[in-house]
Amino acid sequence: MKHIYLDYNATTPVEPAVLEAMLPYFSDGFANASSIHTPGQQARAAVETAREQVAALIGAKAQEIVFTSGGTESDNHAIFGIAGAAEVGAGQKHVITTVIEHEAVLNACQSLEKEGVEVTYLPVNLDGLINLDELRGAIRPETVLITIMHANNEIGTVQRIEKIGHIAQERAIYFHTDAVQSAGKIPIDVNAIQLDLLSLSAHKIYGPKGVGALYIRGGTKVRQLLYGGHHQRGARPGTENVAGIVGLGKAAEMARESLAEDAGRVGGLRDELERGILQRVPQSRVNAGTAARTPNTTNILFSGVEGEALLIALDLKGLAVSTGAACSSGAVEPSHVLTGIGLSAEDARASLRFSLGRHTTREDVEFALRVVPEAAERLREISPTFRRTVGSEKS
Amino acid sequence: MQTETQFETLPASTESRPGLIAVAMSGGVDSSAVAAVLQEQGHPIVGLTMQLWNQRRLPELQGTGPAQHRCCSLDDVYDAKRVAQHLNFPHYVVNFEEQFEARVVRPFVDQYLAGRTPIACTNCNTDVKFEPLLRMARQIGAERLATGHYARIRKNEATGRWELLRARDDTKDQSYFLWGLTQEQLSKSDFPLGELTKEEVRALARRVKLPVAEKPESMELCFVPNGNYVQFIQAYAADQKILLNKDEGEIVTESGEVVGRHNGVHNFTIGQRKGLGFATGKALYVLSIDPEKNRVVVGEDDALRTTVCEIEGVNWVSCEKPDGAIRAQAKIRHKHVAAPAMVEGLDGDRARITFDEPQRAITPGQGAIVYDGDRVLAGGWIR
Repeated sequence: MKHIYLDYNATTPVEPAVLEAMLPYFSDGFANASSIHTPGQQARAAVETAREQVAALIGAKAQEIVFTSGGTESDNHAIFGIAGAAEVGAGQKHVITTVIEHEAVLNACQSLEKEGVEVTYLPVNLDGLINLDELRGAIRPETVLITIMHANNEIGTVQRIEKIGHIAQERAIYFHTDAVQSAGKIPIDVNAIQLDLLSLSAHKIYGPKGVGALYIRGGTKVRQLLYGGHHQRGARPGTENVAGIVGLGKAAEMARESLAEDAGRVGGLRDELERGILQRVPQSRVNAGTAARTPNTTNILFSGVEGEALLIALDLKGLAVSTGAACSSGAVEPSHVLTGIGLSAEDARASLRFSLGRHTTREDVEFALRVVPEAAERLREISPTFRRTVGSEKS
Repeated sequence: MQTETQFETLPASTESRPGLIAVAMSGGVDSSAVAAVLQEQGHPIVGLTMQLWNQRRLPELQGTGPAQHRCCSLDDVYDAKRVAQHLNFPHYVVNFEEQFEARVVRPFVDQYLAGRTPIACTNCNTDVKFEPLLRMARQIGAERLATGHYARIRKNEATGRWELLRARDDTKDQSYFLWGLTQEQLSKSDFPLGELTKEEVRALARRVKLPVAEKPESMELCFVPNGNYVQFIQAYAADQKILLNKDEGEIVTESGEVVGRHNGVHNFTIGQRKGLGFATGKALYVLSIDPEKNRVVVGEDDALRTTVCEIEGVNWVSCEKPDGAIRAQAKIRHKHVAAPAMVEGLDGDRARITFDEPQRAITPGQGAIVYDGDRVLAGGWIR
């Protein structure tokens, strides 16, 4: 059974044009990009073209792009790399981040804490935004890094990173953003934002899994994460995944070209889906609905419904969506992002994320609007705790 | 690339798939065989594995060896998924950690600290497997929940009652742990293995080439990693800040003579043998436990044998609570042979079992099950 897929924030299909661009590098173009001979030079050329394509997506210079194995590695490299290279004399190094970051950032920060680095996890409001005064107040002489994500993967909220960049610049502190969910969806200019580092991932922008990029502004003092050969100017050893990198480059180029159009079309469909669900499902609500968000994401609270059960019920009907974060067994754990914006644990467990993409059609949205209200209603009928509020039926 | 599943086309209507059965999968060969059996019978199925207990909660109990023989560990979840992939049906892991801790783990610890010997598996069945899991199954569109229990369910058309029966394979019978199921729960449950022997189940698993066909059985409590429940109780009590009685308690004879000391009533169960008989040359056994006085009473074997057993929290299963006393057979432990007795319902949810012959070590906290041949008439907690 083919599923209707509304989980683009989890991953995206590889564009046919991207796959086509990659394929030669599995066969004729297989050489090692670091080899001196001609086959190697051709592979090298492909890698460098991709580097330019990725740089163009975010307004960076090609030599400021390092290819990695994905968003997680890029985040780790940025955080451990900056903290590791920093010198604060006798004081304890300090890092500032937020409570709603992706686990790659949070767990890296927690690991730094075990090494004696202090970390401030800034709270967020209902719209997922940090308070800029709190950020200013948290900065100390020993602060070596501010790492704050651009768009949140679960609720789609967009941080005011230009303002954060301005503060970081004022206080001369390195600023990293995890742009895995924002790159290709909303415009990014690393110079306008005054970013020092940025993470992005191919498989969120219709490229292959297993490859990503880390933008490092020229002159940034950052340690390498991996040790080995001298690939990528010594910044990131390891024989380049040429095919993957070519795929990332092509995906970045396509994203840049279609960003505005995608945003308009997908945004319209997302709004239709949102309106439709709110109308047809009583006691439902969009989490962080009034915030600035990426155009494709909507995270919806279905009061009194067990989100895990709704997710499974929808899957069995052929609709693929997502909820919270999965733990290693695959069971659902309550989302730190939803509790971070103030939802109770119960409401966090009752929320689902719908994330649309370039290939989402109106028919997909209509299918969702047929199956979601029915499934939610069935769950509420069988739920022992749901209390229908009087007058909650919406017109 | 489209993956073929048992659902060939998108459902035209959004009604739940008729006849869908949810299978509770532990990753073991029994519950995996259930999936195979139901599939062979033509039912569309969906697998559910419960996540019940985070093994990392009590890190001091983590051994360095692999997590074997522990129900529902990560390895077991993966095994369940492999079976589902092999047989090509959807499978999900569902998180019931909160309910499991509140309804199984915490009562288990509290009971031991109160000098009783609990049975966690019965609580799990009544309050987790056949409650939130059964509800989840129905919420996602399944009509029934099937499990790998060795037991049988039958609708008695004459009385209109759902009956619970022993399994055909008496050596594997698990009806002892299922006495808490209500009529509602029984009406929506399925035990496909009830008519099979363990050998037949393994043979079935091999025939359909299940990845878990040769997997050894899990015999331990699923949340006690190494079978050492005393260690678990101590670790959990520390984690939950339950105060354990730190004073040494007394071990006394029935006449009050102190014959030894102990460091926690939770270390004992009725009938347990203590190597204290050196003075008299006779073996001594735990007769009773007094948590308030922090005292364990020991005595000789004949003192362990009693005929009356009162039970509470009684659930009348295959029949309604009778007027007066009835003749039946009763088990006071899983590995006990059901013995003839008179059984009468008392006020409220209590009952009294009076055995024809004295039974050894009737233990508060255990379940006592009343049978009429193969039918489970009732069950309750021994007071």
